[in-house]
Amino acid sequence: MREIAAEITLGPVLFNWPPDLWRDFYFRIADEAPVKTVYVGEVLCSKRAPLFAEHYQAVAERLRAAGKSIVVSTLSEVTQNLDRKLVESVAASQDYLVEANDASALPQLTGRTHYIGPFMNVYNERSVAVLAQGGACNFCLPVEMPAATISALCRETQYLDATFEVLVFGRMPLALSARCYHARAHGRTKDSCRFVCENDPDGLELRTLSGQPFLTVNGIQTLSYDFLNLIDRVEELRTMGVSRFRLSPHSCDMVRVATAFSGLLDGMITATEAAEALVGLNLPGPCSSGFYDGKAAVSRRLQ
Amino acid sequence: MTLRARADFAPPPLQRLLQTIPRWLLAGVPLPLLQPFLGHIATHVARSRPELFARLGPHAGKLFLIDPIDLPFVLLLRPNAKRPQLTASGRLPRPRHDAAIAGTFLDLLGMLDGSLDGDALFFSRDLRVSGDTEAVVVLRNALDDLEGNALDSIISAFGPLSAPIKYFISSLRGMRTEKHDG
Amino acid sequence: MDDNGYVRPDLVCPAGTPAALRAAVDAGADAVYCGLQNATNARNFPGLNFTPAELEAAIGYAHVRHAKVLLAVNTFPRAGEFALWRDAVDLGARLGADALIVADLGVADYAAQTYPELRLHLSVQAGASSPEAISFYCEKFGVKRVVLPRILTVSEIASVHRQIPCEIEAFVFGNIGMMAEGRCSLTNYVCGLSTNMDGVCSPAADVRYEEDAERNLTTRLGPFVIDRFTNGESAGYPTICKGRYLCSARAEPYYAFEEPVTLNLSALLPDLMRAGVTALKIEGRQRSRAYVRAVVSAFRNAVDDIMAGRDATLASLIALTEGHRETEGAYRSKTWR
Repeated sequence: MREIAAEITLGPVLFNWPPDLWRDFYFRIADEAPVKTVYVGEVLCSKRAPLFAEHYQAVAERLRAAGKSIVVSTLSEVTQNLDRKLVESVAASQDYLVEANDASALPQLTGRTHYIGPFMNVYNERSVAVLAQGGACNFCLPVEMPAATISALCRETQYLDATFEVLVFGRMPLALSARCYHARAHGRTKDSCRFVCENDPDGLELRTLSGQPFLTVNGIQTLSYDFLNLIDRVEELRTMGVSRFRLSPHSCDMVRVATAFSGLLDGMITATEAAEALVGLNLPGPCSSGFYDGKAAVSRRLQ
Repeated sequence: MTLRARADFAPPPLQRLLQTIPRWLLAGVPLPLLQPFLGHIATHVARSRPELFARLGPHAGKLFLIDPIDLPFVLLLRPNAKRPQLTASGRLPRPRHDAAIAGTFLDLLGMLDGSLDGDALFFSRDLRVSGDTEAVVVLRNALDDLEGNALDSIISAFGPLSAPIKYFISSLRGMRTEKHDG
Repeated sequence: MDDNGYVRPDLVCPAGTPAALRAAVDAGADAVYCGLQNATNARNFPGLNFTPAELEAAIGYAHVRHAKVLLAVNTFPRAGEFALWRDAVDLGARLGADALIVADLGVADYAAQTYPELRLHLSVQAGASSPEAISFYCEKFGVKRVVLPRILTVSEIASVHRQIPCEIEAFVFGNIGMMAEGRCSLTNYVCGLSTNMDGVCSPAADVRYEEDAERNLTTRLGPFVIDRFTNGESAGYPTICKGRYLCSARAEPYYAFEEPVTLNLSALLPDLMRAGVTALKIEGRQRSRAYVRAVVSAFRNAVDDIMAGRDATLASLIALTEGHRETEGAYRSKTWR
C-alpha cells in the first residue's frame, strides 16, 4: 500500500448558482472548510462560464491566501466551437494544474503534469498507464466504479506515479448529453435557455409516472436523485490506496460536510460520529452508498 | 394515434372465408387430437436444429405461452433440447408460464419465418409480451438466427404433408395485399 | 469521386446474429459490424452475437462477397479483467477482421501496439466529438476512422472533416442514443449492470410489461415505471432516456430526454455524402433479420440512386421505427439541442 497523505477535496460546482452566491460560497470554503484542494471551473456548459468570470480573481486569491490548492477543471462535453475555445483557454493555464474531463484537452496537456477528471472513461490499469505516459498524475474515478474495481485498479497501478480520487458525497453524475434538459423542461432549447438552470441549486427533480422520485436534471447533465454518501467507506477506500476524497458541492452546509469527512480522515472522530454529523443536513434526497457494492445504486439507500 | 405494422385491407368474401378456415377446423377439433402433430413438430425441430439451443442457454428450460389470439387455443412451448414440449391448451384458465407472447396467427407466423419484425409488431401494439422479458428476447434472437427459418423447420416436420401445408399458408398470406417489410 | 461530386460511401450494417449478417451482406452491405458473446461489445444482449467459430464463418461468407467485417470491441474493461478484451482483440486479428471498433484507451493501446497493421476505428462509445479529441486518438493509436456521435449537424460534420486526419462514419438510421455515448450510467443506477463496462442498456431481464383490461400498457425497468401507453398508442421499449416523467416545470408528463423516435437521414444522404462522410452506419444489432433486410436494401438503393445521379426514393421504413416517428436529430439544425 502506498503511503500518500489522504485529503478531502472539493469538486467543481456543477450547478448554475447566482454568481454572487457562488463567490460567497468559495469565500466561506476558503475561510472555514478543512479541504486542501479545491477544483474550480465550468464542467457542463460553456454558456455559463462567463457568468462567473468577474469573480475568478477574488475567489482565487481568497483560496490561495487560505493555503488551498486550486485545480481548474475543463468542460466534459465538447461539441461546439464555444466549447472548444473554453477548453483551450482553461488548458492553457500556467498558474494552476488542469483537470481534463474530455479528450479535447489532452493534446494541449500532454507533456505537462495534469489531472484526469471523473468524466473521462478511465476504468482499467492500461488506460491509466496510457494517460500517465502523457503526464496525468491524479485520476478522479468514474462514479459508477465499484469498490472491487477501485481496489484492483489501485493494486495494478502501484508501479505508477499516480494518485486516485473518489467521489464520496453529492448527487451522482449519471449521464451527459449535447441537449439541455433544463431548457427542454421549460420548453426551450440550449440556445434560448435564458439560464433557467439557475432556478435549481441542486438540480431539477424528475419523478416517474407513478410519482416516484427518480433522477435529477442539471443542464446537459443527468444526476441521481439520491445523494452519494460514502462516509462509512472512507477507511476501506483509504486501505485500498485511494488518497483523495471528493465532495461535490450542493446547497447544503458544505463546511459541515467537509468537517465531518476531514475529521474522520485525520482520525479526530470515528466513522459513527462522522456519519452522525451529517444527519440533519436537510438534503433534498436520501443518502445512498451508490455504486460502491457493485449492485443497482437505487437499492443502496442508507437507513 | 394508431399506426399499424401492416396496412389495413378489406379482403374479398372468398378470401375471408379461407382466412377463417383455421378457426372452423380447429374449433371443432378436440385439443388432444392436435397433440400428436404438435409433439411431432417439437421433436423434429429439436432434432434438426440443435443450434437453436445454444442461443437459448438457460432459457431453454422456460415455459413460453404462445397465444394466437384469433385461434381458439394457446400453445405452450418448452424448448428443451432433450425433451422438447409443445402442447395446445384452452385459453382459460390461463396456463402457468414463464413468458407469454400474443398476436394474430399470421403475425406469429411472420415472425417465425423472418418476414416480419417482432419489435415493429410490439411498437404497433400488434404483439403483446408479458412475464420474463429476457426469455422472450432470447427466444426471438434464437429463432431469428436459424439458417433458413424456423417455419421451414416446422413445415418439414410434416414430411409428405409439407407441400399442401406450405400451399395453405401462402394462400392465407396471399390475402395480404401490401408488401411485407422484408 | 464521380461526376456528381460525390464520394461513394460504404454502407456499414448491423449484424446481431450470423443469419442477420448474411441478410445484410446479401442485401448489399459494404461492411457489417458485429460483436462476441460477452461484455467486450456494447450490445451484450442475451441470445445475441457471435461465437469465435461463428465469427470465423461469417468473415468467410462476407469476404467471398467482397464485404468487410468490423469487430466491435467497444466497451471499457474493468481493472483486473483486461484479459477478456485482449483475447477479443487477438481473435479479431487472427480471424482477419477488417477493422476493430474500439473505445477504451487501454484497448486501443493494446491493439495498436500488438497489431500495428490492424485497422482501428474509433467507436461512438469513445465520445470523441471535437477535432481535438479525434486527433488525439488518431495520433496516439493510428485510428483510421471515427464514428461520430449523433449530435453534430451536417455542416458541423463537414467542418470536422476538414480538421481531422481520419475518415468519418456517420449514423443514418436507427435507435438514436440521447446521452453522450460511453458516458451513461443510467442503466447501472437502476439495474446494477453498466452500459460502459458490461455493454448492457436497459436490459430485458429488468423489463416488465403490464397491460390492463383496457389495453393500457405500462412499461417498467427495475422498480421504476418508464412509460405508459393507452389502448392503441404506439409503444416503445423502456429505455430510461426514452421514458416519460414528471417535473415541477411541467403540468403534464413529458419525454424529459427524447421521444422514442428513430433516426432516419435518408433525406440528407446527398448532403452527408458531400460533407465528406466515408461510411454510413445503420444501427440495429438487436433487431431482426427482417429489419436488417428492409433497412439495408432501402439504403443500398438510395446510395446507388444518388451515385447514378438519380433521385433517391427511400422506401418507407416508418413501420420499423420505434414510436413510429422519425427524426433527423441534430443533423439538420441546432434547434434539437
